[in-house]
Amino acid sequence: MDFDFNEDQRLLQQALRDFLAGECPPAWVRAQWETDTGRDGPFWKRLAEVGVPGLLVPEAQGGLGMDETDLALLLEETGRAGLAEPVVATSVGVALLRELSGDLAAEWLPKVASGDARLAVGHAGSPFVADAHVADLLFLANEGALHAVPAAQVRIEAQPSVDGSQRLFLVGFDVGEPVAEGDLAQALLDAALDRGAFCSAAEALGVADRLIELAVEYATQREQFGVAIGSFQAVKHMLADVKVELEYARSHVYRAAHSVATAAPTRAVDVSMAKLAACDAANAAAKISLQVHGAIGYTYEQDVHVWMKRAWSLDLAYGDSVFHRGRLCAGVIDQTIPAFAFGYQPLNP
Amino acid sequence: MDLTYTAEQDAFRKEARAWLEANAPSAPLASFDTKAGFEAHREWEKTLHAGGFAMVPWPVEYGGRGADLLEWLVFEEEYYRAGAPGRVNQNGIFLLGPTIMEYGTPEQKARFLPKMASSEEVWCQGWSEPNAGSDMAAIQTTAVRDGDHFVINGQKTWASRGAYAHWLFGLFRTDPDSKRHKGLSFILAPMDLPGMTVRPIQKINGKAAFSEVFFDDVRVPVENLLGPEGEGWNVAMATAGFERGLMLRSPARFQSTANRLVRLYRKTVERGAPVAPGMRERVARCWMDAEAYSLNTYQTVSKLLGGGKIGAEASLNKIFWSELDMRMHELGLELLGPRAELLPGAPAAGDVGDWLDGYIFALSGPIYAGTNQIQRNIIAERILGLPRK
Repeated sequence: MDFDFNEDQRLLQQALRDFLAGECPPAWVRAQWETDTGRDGPFWKRLAEVGVPGLLVPEAQGGLGMDETDLALLLEETGRAGLAEPVVATSVGVALLRELSGDLAAEWLPKVASGDARLAVGHAGSPFVADAHVADLLFLANEGALHAVPAAQVRIEAQPSVDGSQRLFLVGFDVGEPVAEGDLAQALLDAALDRGAFCSAAEALGVADRLIELAVEYATQREQFGVAIGSFQAVKHMLADVKVELEYARSHVYRAAHSVATAAPTRAVDVSMAKLAACDAANAAAKISLQVHGAIGYTYEQDVHVWMKRAWSLDLAYGDSVFHRGRLCAGVIDQTIPAFAFGYQPLNP
Repeated sequence: MDLTYTAEQDAFRKEARAWLEANAPSAPLASFDTKAGFEAHREWEKTLHAGGFAMVPWPVEYGGRGADLLEWLVFEEEYYRAGAPGRVNQNGIFLLGPTIMEYGTPEQKARFLPKMASSEEVWCQGWSEPNAGSDMAAIQTTAVRDGDHFVINGQKTWASRGAYAHWLFGLFRTDPDSKRHKGLSFILAPMDLPGMTVRPIQKINGKAAFSEVFFDDVRVPVENLLGPEGEGWNVAMATAGFERGLMLRSPARFQSTANRLVRLYRKTVERGAPVAPGMRERVARCWMDAEAYSLNTYQTVSKLLGGGKIGAEASLNKIFWSELDMRMHELGLELLGPRAELLPGAPAAGDVGDWLDGYIFALSGPIYAGTNQIQRNIIAERILGLPRK
């Protein structure tokens, strides 16, 4: 039992935090909102050099061969930076390729690790596919079967989102030979949804942290009544409450990382708890950060709304809260899917 | 990260479970806020001690088991699973004990810890005063050095189980000219000294749960000073950290309440009683939050075992568990419907259990161990870095 990250994992997190602070400051994130694709190919290549898209790719195929417990801390950093690149979808796609193995994996995994390919994944959690416009390979479901479709064979229709970082599409394709059918396809799609939800939750932690950070910075320098507004208890207590919410969400997300990495029997419920807790914390942080900033925070020029909208779109990614609340209740109340309390407290002794 | 238990931890869990099944009282004991209940709980502590389970993480020489904090968490899980009695000496074993471990001299450790572990001596806390509540640095009760004694004058209040406890640990002003956090000392005093008067105070359920303690020229030997003279504030902060952060409220307590709440919900639905829309999810969310508290505690323990320390983060915990406890009991009462207000002896009370008593206790959570407003200030200033003024 060791519920902590090791030195190497922390160092990797710090390295990515420094890299993103230098390479994609808020001005860069906002500039991406205004471009056609919202994505930056050369930047993706550099991200691959740091190892991010290839983190889950086996070492034999040029990746880092790590798992979700390593990925969790890195996604916090992409969330903190407000990074608008398909890190989550690609990670989910990599796990599908790993499971499917064979020629498909042999062809695509090295390309992902080197930054020469991006992936997109359609799943039951949403009618929309994120980043379908830049993906080189798309995983799409049709009538219970899973298909791996190259970019040239899909038709996409953009569905602009309030979050300029989020690029959504309705996707059609000519149905060919599936890569998986029946129970296998279902298991792969379930795992993909869980992995994507966990990844989104980890990003939401970073988003929440950034929103709190913005509020603290502002409350420290903004003066009213002759003092910094951050010295008022009304301001302190709002921020303290959301900090509590964030830290307990963090525990759920780290446990979900472990459950996804080890395919734990409780994976579905663990992931749903992580997604709910982290996205609730991010949404609460958004509201409170906005309130602390007051009218200036309500302007387009200020950065609060950039992260606030990240919180909104992450909340909807890989299963909205209605979906995850349903699964939580199925596990805890109906007990139709496995949920057991950490430390073996049976629900019905 | 490894979230599995070792074979040794699993074996310890089995051993603890079997022992508790064989030895834990089958019916609840009377409240330890009554004299009879207090003594019944001490008896249980004796049994626990004889079985070697009284203080799992303490060194063997002090009456413990020499296990680590992970095994303590495992034990707590089994303890609540077995529905075993509340710990009558909790202020001693969970708060003062670790503080003595950190600040005590070898003589103090040998003198106090074994009798604490066996609950031969039960402890109460003497921190608050009528004018020093949230503002604890406003303490006025003095302990003036006179030869090899401190002479204590003043008043302490809200000493839980003060009416029955044998010893009191408290903060006193040893430098009469000092102000605020300076000049305070952490002193241990037996409750039967001449000049000491204990006046029980009934809490809102009518039980004498806490006491005022008056000191009138009470002479305490200087060897009862814990930590350096004048450094009592820092010693007390270590105790407060244990109180808010880890030991006093172990996660199993809340997981156990959450599990009971889920069972109550299912039973209520099964017998066709009306249940508010949304209740299902609110109950599930409580279970989820109890889970978060457990996970977070395992994180903290992992950090401690890796050489880390608990600091201001203890304040995050205190807010989380105290609010969760209230939320769970509110839902429990709501599920009981019109029976929620019935006392356990009422003929129609049926299986209302102790949700009402639990709720009344939960209401004190945001107040004791430093009010949640004080915790929010600590989080804002010491974790988030917001300005004090």
